[in-house]
Amino acid sequence: MPAVTETIETVQAVTDSGYKWGFETDIEMEFAPKGLNEDIVRFISAKKNEPAWLLEWRLRAFALWKTMAEPRWAAVKYPPIDYQDAYYYAAPTQKVKPKSLDEVDPELLKTYAKLGIPLREQEILAGVEGAGDTPAEGRMPIAVDAVFDSVSVATSYKDRLAKDGIIFCAISEAVQEHPELVRKYLGTVVPQGDNFFAALNSAVFTDGSFVYIPKGVRCPMELSTYFRINAKSTGQFERTLIIADEGSHVSYLEGCTAPMRDENQLHAAVVELVAMDDATIKYSTVQNWYPGDAEGKGGIYNFVTKRGACRGARSKISWTQVETGSAITWKYPSCILQGEDSVGEFYSVAITNNYQQADTGTKMFHIGPRTKSTIVSKGISAGHGQNTYRGLVRIGAKATGARNFTQCDSLLIGDLCGAHTVPYIENRCATAKVEHEATTSRIAEDQLFYCRQRGLTQEDAVGLIVNGFCREVLKELPMEFAVEAQKLLQISLEGSVG
Amino acid sequence: MTAATQTGAAGFLARYEGLKDHLPGARKPWLNALRADAAAQFAARGFPTRRVEQWKYTDLAPLAQAGFAEPLTMVDGTIALPPALAAHRAVFVDGRFRADLSALDGLACRATGLAQQLADAEPHLGALARPDSEPLAALNTMLFEDGLFLDVPAGVDGGLLELVSVAVDPGRPFAFHPRHLLRLGAGARLTLIETAIGGGACLHNPVFEVDVAEGATLTHGRMLQEAATVFHLSTIYARIAAEGTYDNFTVAAGPRLTRNEIHAALTGPRAACHMNGAQMAAEGQHVDTTTSLDHAAPDCASRQTYKTVLAGRSRGVFQGKILVRREAQKTDGYQMNQALLLSEDAEIDSKPQLEIYADDVKCSHGATVGALDPDSLFYLRARGIPEAQAKAMLVEAFLHEAVETVTDDTLRGALTRALDAWWARQGAAA
Amino acid sequence: MLKIEGLTAEVDGKEILKGIDLEVPTGQVHAIMGPNGSGKSTLSYVLSGRDGYEVTGGTATLNGVDILAMEPEERAAAGLFLAFQYPVELPGVGNATFLRTALNAVRKGRGESELDAMQFLKVARQRMKMLSMSDDMLKRGVNVGFSGGEKKRNEILQMALLQPSMAILDETDSGLDIDALKIVADGVNAMRGPGFSALVITHYQRLLDYIVPDRVHVLIGGRIVKSGGAELAQELEAQGYGAVQAAA
Repeated sequence: MPAVTETIETVQAVTDSGYKWGFETDIEMEFAPKGLNEDIVRFISAKKNEPAWLLEWRLRAFALWKTMAEPRWAAVKYPPIDYQDAYYYAAPTQKVKPKSLDEVDPELLKTYAKLGIPLREQEILAGVEGAGDTPAEGRMPIAVDAVFDSVSVATSYKDRLAKDGIIFCAISEAVQEHPELVRKYLGTVVPQGDNFFAALNSAVFTDGSFVYIPKGVRCPMELSTYFRINAKSTGQFERTLIIADEGSHVSYLEGCTAPMRDENQLHAAVVELVAMDDATIKYSTVQNWYPGDAEGKGGIYNFVTKRGACRGARSKISWTQVETGSAITWKYPSCILQGEDSVGEFYSVAITNNYQQADTGTKMFHIGPRTKSTIVSKGISAGHGQNTYRGLVRIGAKATGARNFTQCDSLLIGDLCGAHTVPYIENRCATAKVEHEATTSRIAEDQLFYCRQRGLTQEDAVGLIVNGFCREVLKELPMEFAVEAQKLLQISLEGSVG
Repeated sequence: MTAATQTGAAGFLARYEGLKDHLPGARKPWLNALRADAAAQFAARGFPTRRVEQWKYTDLAPLAQAGFAEPLTMVDGTIALPPALAAHRAVFVDGRFRADLSALDGLACRATGLAQQLADAEPHLGALARPDSEPLAALNTMLFEDGLFLDVPAGVDGGLLELVSVAVDPGRPFAFHPRHLLRLGAGARLTLIETAIGGGACLHNPVFEVDVAEGATLTHGRMLQEAATVFHLSTIYARIAAEGTYDNFTVAAGPRLTRNEIHAALTGPRAACHMNGAQMAAEGQHVDTTTSLDHAAPDCASRQTYKTVLAGRSRGVFQGKILVRREAQKTDGYQMNQALLLSEDAEIDSKPQLEIYADDVKCSHGATVGALDPDSLFYLRARGIPEAQAKAMLVEAFLHEAVETVTDDTLRGALTRALDAWWARQGAAA
Repeated sequence: MLKIEGLTAEVDGKEILKGIDLEVPTGQVHAIMGPNGSGKSTLSYVLSGRDGYEVTGGTATLNGVDILAMEPEERAAAGLFLAFQYPVELPGVGNATFLRTALNAVRKGRGESELDAMQFLKVARQRMKMLSMSDDMLKRGVNVGFSGGEKKRNEILQMALLQPSMAILDETDSGLDIDALKIVADGVNAMRGPGFSALVITHYQRLLDYIVPDRVHVLIGGRIVKSGGAELAQELEAQGYGAVQAAA
């Protein structure tokens, strides 16, 4: 992941518009015909050289999708999406392995540079021969999988990870190399017909990351995927599958950006996590898809299904998300707490500025005994932004001694925005304990004045106070990500105070 | 098929068709129009199903499948009334006003049966109820016969008034839909203590329209204590003007199914609303409190504390929404709902909700769900208190918190007795 | 040097300051004393630029520069520091982060280089030691859960770090026990010198036993009704404000 401290500065130098990642890469691309039908599903499957079972799986998802209706219960408003008016496959044209950076498509390189990926990682990502897997000096290595529109373009540090038996690759590659693992787990956490967008994704997903951590292995570095929507009129439908076998541990990071366009582009991803006995998966997201301009034109529609299954005893899945981008965010990273004493966590910061809308939260399904979950959600609304926390805590009859604690705080900046909290608590177990707290407030005038008296500008003061407000969540992010996230928060709020 | 044998919504609609020329006010075009509109709404929607978000956790299928006849035209014999709590009381039997059982002489304000006051009620009846969004309000509007018409003139302190509702079992399923209009003029005050008792396989479906004018204060205590065969579905619409206060305290403990639905709107600056309650359910019972608070003016305050105690195979629901509109700056809103599960077969569903469009507000809600705290229990037992008694102490303490903010001694006493009576019944059953 | 001439100001449409004339030359410490409601805190907020305190007339300059037209942060960068009577809590904002951000903002305003985390910590620790503050305070949220004394010491720490040319101490003595009072006074006295002046606002003479002022001004009803040397404070303590008011 390009989550380095310099990222923001690097990118700020590139463009001085509000959204710093709004550039477009002019690169040779291959598209499938526009529109969505069975032939497109077959085309994608054929393009990926998939086995028959996977094509069948996709076609079943497509058949289900055709019978489903777009969900309308979320507190987001948008015009109808024309699913036939988009490309479902776009990929940079394949080239032979370059010998050095000079031979790599310079546009692709430029993109990595703008995104702040360090040069050494750039070489590795570009697949330069002999670049090996040695990280840049003095830095913690981060293994990166870069997904450019529909396909994974490169994955770094694969060989080094393989020494520990860790599989980290594009999911399309995993289908070829490890079909038994993919087949065993794909769709077991988020079934094809789970919801409208998950069904769509199951039919047309083009790439994404695959991770398998073998028994007892502690992944020696952060794994990350960098998602980038570049091409026009394309949807992005990546699918990520992470399996942590018994006693293993992995921390995975995900980052997203897209060019500035007047049109709305659809991103409908599915992420499935499986944690076996004593395994831990930490999944962090900094979502910074293009949010649209100050008038609400353009931006990504982010309809994402993320779910983790704590199958094993004492397993743990922790979601941390910083959602600053997208015109619309619709996502509820969830945990199915099946294994006894398993733990689910959800830490979220969501910012809506200008005309952004976010309806996000989590679902915690307590099934096994003594399962525990913690939910900390911080929503910040500015401009005309609408921010909704929507969450479900369900305690089943067998989840004796289960515990949940939920804290939802909303901060309003300006009087044209909205902050909403919609928690559902369903408890069928007398020995379970559920606690929920929610507050809504604004930045107090005396806090702002105090900071300004000490020399901070109004915007810096707001940034500082907002970061304080989000601290409980930001401290859950891996160090390098946290720094980037803090700056993002401030940038996202630019122009919100005057 | 005759009206009497038709079930659910169709049965009620058939009954309306048969009765519409005989219902009170049948010769008043405005009321006929109101009823006809409501009937159209009810015909279109029927009883809400669990697919309707507001009814996600409360299933009216048993109601929708049953057939309900009218109450008896004439109730013979003595009606057993609860002991009087105050000098004045208005008594309703099967939803009909009974002057002979009431004691209203010397009351400082007007309190009487709505059926006789329809001319005066015209501007107010239907002013607040929303039959278009709540099907039960539509059902009520379509079929109401009577109810309390209360009018406290500006500046008058109406003192204490009891509203007693008795359901008399005719030996077959029956339904009644009283419509209560409570109006307080500017600066007026009143404490209303409502008791609902009686039994039989009945549906008691009251709708309240409560209008609190500038600076007026209405304290509304409710004890829903009908038999475990009764479906009690009440809907309250309250509008509170500037500096007015509406306080609602409800104890729901008795019916097979209780839905205590309150919609309160704070429409003038510095208005206040307190909604508190305790709902209890045991074997086979279902209790549901659903509130919505609309902060539509600046500087208003709202406070809600609801407690649920569930024993046996029972289910409890709390849904509470606080809406703060853009103009409602300086809103102070607080809501707490707590549930205590005493049995392994109980289920609680809770949905507190905040919807906020103004930035200078202080709003919070909290929810807790759990069993009796084992540490507290152990502490009491370590001090020599037997387990059963220790449990009783903790449950009582939990419940009493819901009524501790009631300032009127008579009302607090009555509410507390209702809570204790329920708990005593649980002890007897165990 | 702080120079105030004919300063009038109102809050919520009500005139609180009714014409203040005051000069605090560089290197001097002046005290403003007065009963509750005389306009002492209003003066500190007007000078530091708080919203809602509207200047209706007069001027105020710091080292010759008009400060009334400036934003609060510009005044801070220009060398004005206000020690708050009630320091504000900033939940989740680490004290160290806050201090460093403020210090670098002010340094930037003065055209000085920013300090990195290590340099900052070195400076901060040194100042904290002088104020008998434990390192632990750097890790906590700004003023969150601080005792009254800790909050005031935190204010003085900020002053020591930001090195203002003009400090206004608004009732810094309120809520302090005698030991804390001495520590705070030592902190202020350590700053005294040719480049530093201060305006000490207080209700009681107590603080002035430890921070001995060059001049004392009595503010009553939005006007300075009497000025004098350090002995004036003792006079007030003995006779009360009533006597001064009657004489004026």
